[in-house]
Amino acid sequence: MLDLRQYTCLGAALRDALDRFSSEVCLIEADRDREKVRLTYSDFKEIALPLARALEDADFDPGDRAAIIMTNQSKWLISAYAIFYCGGVIVPLDYKLSAAEHLQLLAHCKAKVLVVEYYLWLAIMRSPDFHKIATKMVLVTEAPLGAELAGAFRWEDFKRKGAPDFVMRQKEDIACIVYSSGTGGRPKGCVLTHENYLEQCRSLTAWYPFWPGVRYLSILPTNHAIDFMVGFIGPFVCGACVVHLRTLRPELVRDAFLRYRITYVSLVPMIVKNLERGLRTKFAELPGWKRAFLNAMIATNKMLTRRRPRVRLSRMLLPGVHRAFGGEVLALITGGAFIEPSTMQFFYDLGIPVANGYGLTEAGTALTLNDLKPFRADTVGKPLPGVELRILSPDADGVGEVAVRSKTVMSHYLDDPELTLETIVDGWLLTGDLGRFDRSGHLQLFGRKKNMIVTEGGKNIYPEDVETVFDGLPVKEYSVFAGNYIWPKKELGRESLVLVLRLEQNQKFDSKLQEEVSRQNRRLPDFKRVGGYLIWDKDFPRTASMKIKRQILAEEIAAATDRGKVVAL
Amino acid sequence: MQTAEKTLDEILALAAAHFKVSRERLSPDDDFFKALGIDSLQTLDLLTKLENHFHVELPDYELQGVSDFRTLAGKIQARL
Repeated sequence: MLDLRQYTCLGAALRDALDRFSSEVCLIEADRDREKVRLTYSDFKEIALPLARALEDADFDPGDRAAIIMTNQSKWLISAYAIFYCGGVIVPLDYKLSAAEHLQLLAHCKAKVLVVEYYLWLAIMRSPDFHKIATKMVLVTEAPLGAELAGAFRWEDFKRKGAPDFVMRQKEDIACIVYSSGTGGRPKGCVLTHENYLEQCRSLTAWYPFWPGVRYLSILPTNHAIDFMVGFIGPFVCGACVVHLRTLRPELVRDAFLRYRITYVSLVPMIVKNLERGLRTKFAELPGWKRAFLNAMIATNKMLTRRRPRVRLSRMLLPGVHRAFGGEVLALITGGAFIEPSTMQFFYDLGIPVANGYGLTEAGTALTLNDLKPFRADTVGKPLPGVELRILSPDADGVGEVAVRSKTVMSHYLDDPELTLETIVDGWLLTGDLGRFDRSGHLQLFGRKKNMIVTEGGKNIYPEDVETVFDGLPVKEYSVFAGNYIWPKKELGRESLVLVLRLEQNQKFDSKLQEEVSRQNRRLPDFKRVGGYLIWDKDFPRTASMKIKRQILAEEIAAATDRGKVVAL
Repeated sequence: MQTAEKTLDEILALAAAHFKVSRERLSPDDDFFKALGIDSLQTLDLLTKLENHFHVELPDYELQGVSDFRTLAGKIQARL
């Protein structure tokens, strides 16, 4: 891999990688059983540079911001490189947000350029707020010929001949602005520097290296911090190959492991659990003697890999299982949400290590990672090289808020100095997560201090972002909370939101009101929906500016009632 | 081409059979996540079954924001 210590920006590192690994395959894009794109590093450069030149000619200047709203595909990475080449700042937006949310974030980050997939652009064009869009230059990928694009350009045609000028950036310059929460409340745009990414890449690849020939299956959205790092920057600076799928149907993901002999993949816990379910069902269907033999082999593998993974040995002991994963998997990388230790242990015992970790957008990607020496399913691993972690105000069990100091910690929140001051104190980033270290230096997480949930799909959901969907609900007042914020418990997983309702005097919670609550709740994407409601009989405490004092209200509710009073929706 | 009503009916029958719930318990405007007790990943599984049955291809994004059988049927009907 490249020696990243000698670089000051991602653009320069990527530029050198494209030259150094020119004949290696860097990208494969498949849609079902059809391979749509296969590019070498040299091909990648040939497509990206004319785009960079066209951006330059269109007055896209160093420091200008370009948002990307796309599913995982080759044009995401090509556009990102062209933007870095011009010295620009990338704003990766979650393609699963609504068009209205996209428009709000585009305005918040003041994007000069937007690169967007056609179907997403259609949704944005049809939004009632479309006329407010201030982003002047929009590049739309895969638009049908002759499609009405409201002044946008077709990405495929947006290219110019002639070599563009490479713009060098310094370590402290902004590389990306990544939103760690939605739009209903306070958009949290994490401003990450080139140094943040270079340091993160160095520490991650020190433990989980890539090299030419490694194939990384990119399933998590590339806008997500994990995939941006391990599905783009990491593999590229090492000459490895990234495989994109245009569909995430479970059986097609399984096919991709076989077809492309995948080495690494990052998965959210929900998908890992789905894989586990599939394997357990297959095991249960085996005839009795085969099942007994398989169990014996698993037990043998478990015994022989207790201290460290021995992948070659595991492949010999359990050839059928490993063949189903393509035969070359070194690890499943998981993070972004809580994963059941039993699920991780299940895979480890099959000889497929699960590299789980812990991180947050505000700190680049990962702070801790399981180093597998030995594998510890009950922890989120040890701090990565260069990461200092501290437990603030630990209780009798040693549990307190996790704080981090590292070169991977963001510079600040975009246009929000107040929130930045609350979050980064004396150089330490306060994570809002509760944890402790065990005797061997592994971090264990126990819950959250902050009012939010993380879904099994790895989505951070803030109650303030969800509340607006209940606007106009015919009650006196309402608020949404993370259940664990009201009733703290020292564990993660199965987190849900609770809608707290204060009814008008003499108002009854009848079936009509219940139907209205359910109807409004269904307007949210499934992963954002409120799990239950609670009727509260006192007025909400409010500030002078009439904002709800959430912490005080949560404390009042916790003192007067318990979680059992929440009615499922 | 078959009618939209028939498409909807076949979707309900396939969903009921695949997730082993009674067909009578499902109605066109039901939230399928709730009615079938499934997550978004299992919904993709259902989509594959429907594609094979109707011989159409639906990109994943077509399902974004869709949570009831009637809307899903409309998406499939549009491609028949």
